[in-house]
Amino acid sequence: MTYGVTLERDTSFSEWRPLARRCFLAGVPPEAMEWRCSTAEASLFDTPLSLPTPRPDAQNPILRSNCLALLKSILRHADQTRFDLAYRILWRAQTEPSLAAIPLDPDIARALRMSHQIRRDAHKMEAFLRFREIGESENGRRLFLSWFEPDHYILPTVAPFFTRRFTDMDWAILTPKGSITWNGTECLITRAPCPKPDLSDTLEQLWQTYYASIFNPARIKTKAMRSEMPRKYWKNLPETRLIPQMLAQAGARVTAMATQQPQEAPQFHKRLQKRRAEKP
Amino acid sequence: MKQSLSERLAILSDAAKYDASCSSSGAGKRDSAGTKGLGSTGNGICHAYTPDGRCISLLKILLTNFCIYDCAYCINRSSSNVQRTRFTPDEVVWLTLEFYRRNYIEGLFLSSGIIRSPEDTMAQMVHVARELRQTHNFRGYIHLKTIPNASTEQLAEAGLYADRLSINVEMPTEQGLAAYAPEKKAGIIRHSMGEMQTRIEAGKERTLSGRRPPRFAPGGQSTQMIIGADTATDHDILASSSSLYSGYRLRRVYYSAFSPIPDASAILPVRPPPLLREHRLYQADWLYRFYGFQFSEITAGRPDGMLDLTLDPKLAWALANRALFPVDLNRASREMLLRVPGLGVRSVNALIATRRHKHLRLEDLARLNVSLRKVKPFVHTTGWSPARLVDQANLRQAFLPRPQQLTLF
Ligand code: SF4
Repeated sequence: MTYGVTLERDTSFSEWRPLARRCFLAGVPPEAMEWRCSTAEASLFDTPLSLPTPRPDAQNPILRSNCLALLKSILRHADQTRFDLAYRILWRAQTEPSLAAIPLDPDIARALRMSHQIRRDAHKMEAFLRFREIGESENGRRLFLSWFEPDHYILPTVAPFFTRRFTDMDWAILTPKGSITWNGTECLITRAPCPKPDLSDTLEQLWQTYYASIFNPARIKTKAMRSEMPRKYWKNLPETRLIPQMLAQAGARVTAMATQQPQEAPQFHKRLQKRRAEKP
Repeated sequence: MKQSLSERLAILSDAAKYDASCSSSGAGKRDSAGTKGLGSTGNGICHAYTPDGRCISLLKILLTNFCIYDCAYCINRSSSNVQRTRFTPDEVVWLTLEFYRRNYIEGLFLSSGIIRSPEDTMAQMVHVARELRQTHNFRGYIHLKTIPNASTEQLAEAGLYADRLSINVEMPTEQGLAAYAPEKKAGIIRHSMGEMQTRIEAGKERTLSGRRPPRFAPGGQSTQMIIGADTATDHDILASSSSLYSGYRLRRVYYSAFSPIPDASAILPVRPPPLLREHRLYQADWLYRFYGFQFSEITAGRPDGMLDLTLDPKLAWALANRALFPVDLNRASREMLLRVPGLGVRSVNALIATRRHKHLRLEDLARLNVSLRKVKPFVHTTGWSPARLVDQANLRQAFLPRPQQLTLF
């Protein structure tokens, strides 16, 4: 008989919190507690799990606000060992109250790394998500749709960014981890996986024109590009399909510039120079 | 024949790409919640990267690439045979809004060739910004390149709508400017910068009666210098940056390695400078802005005034000042830790936060995401003390990039 609980993969902080509190109040230390995910292969030989019963005289756990914020943050991570780590930090923080302020403690270092990955995921979603216009909504506003594949459970984190920025249009963001929709007054977040829609937008041609033209063929730094815009994002970006062609032509464009013969200045220039020479 | 919008977009963005700045930071936080508007500012997001490694944050275009000036390094100079075209202000407004709605950009960076007169050019740019802000309630980022000689009223209005204003000093030295941009005057450029600085600062203070002065470019001003077209050394360039940062409180100085352009002027050097030179200048700039270095310290050890291309400037400085190392991880001041090669601001913060609670050991250093090979010779702590640096004659050798291995054919 093992103490533990089987959780959905996308269990949020507010769902995990009462369970963790219950285990804590029962005095179950982190090593004796198993946090299992429902989608992990269930096996006949898995030990059945049961939740412990809190002791009546147990003291509620307390946390400093920086520690609470850290736990809230890492519960958005997709790593299934996050429950275990969060419970261990909760447990340790009772005897080491300043734990969360020690960035090089092994548990905290790991939690901070996860927190950093979540922030990056959210940041990249804000950067690389593309809206496509699909018509008008019932209320007569322009309607946009987009598809994005975040690594972590960050929809509640990024929703305010999108509603505060794209306020005067209606839109929906679909992802394998749920959706966000906005109609000008209400923001709705769901958790059911969405299918990938088939989208196109004629404006993307102008955007591609811009993308290809702002590129300087005389400086190739594809490593810098890939470190900031890893390949996993490319499939959903309208502009990245131009990259192979842009790179293939770059060499020839640079050679053409280098070997170009000096040309005679245009008439316009000569007239200007003449006028300037006359007027001291 | 009239060119299509797409053809003109191609020409006018191609012409804008030699301006290195694409930053959308410094505007503070602003959004459209509870308004009928569109847009927000805050994080300076990069929405795409091109294979040249640069980020696309703003729609960076010229209103027109017609220009009556003849700056040698510029693709738009009057003596060049590039194809000329222009946008109407309405087209720029439309492109900005439609790109913005699809989350391609943070806003607009508009500059222009000089047509007819400076005032005329500036008036059209201000018109675009005014339309965006007033007619379309646009709350995203706007950066305007101001035209030297624009009128005081125009500048005031530009600052009302723009988050950032910039004017390029173009060349690191006055002689360079005179040789390469004969129509531009260093004095006038500096004067405009000074005027903008006064207004930017006034815009931040409340008046005696407690009222807020009119908004003026809260994101500050920036500028750009072209590297490698003239003979200015890195020392000259950084000295110029130093006076720009301290004299005009610039947010950023951009360094743009002069890049080959079609139909280049004959007075330009045939070869562009190595991109690594530009990179080293940015590193030096970074050390100045975030690590407490003075530019003079960075170039002090370099007799020819050029930064070391093989080593980054922080490492080069540490090797030139090796008597100051190794430092004690548990006792060294924040200032000194920031000077340790391989330690960034974030690592230093983590070390300082942790040592308040416990004694640092080598394992703690390993938990930071840093290159131990680079850091270890410069620090000591329980469990680790490096050989005395002053005694190591070949230390520089140890940090040079490894030569490519030779293989038998
Ligand atoms: S003023 Fe000089 S730098 Fe500016 S567009 Fe004209 S030629 Fe180019």
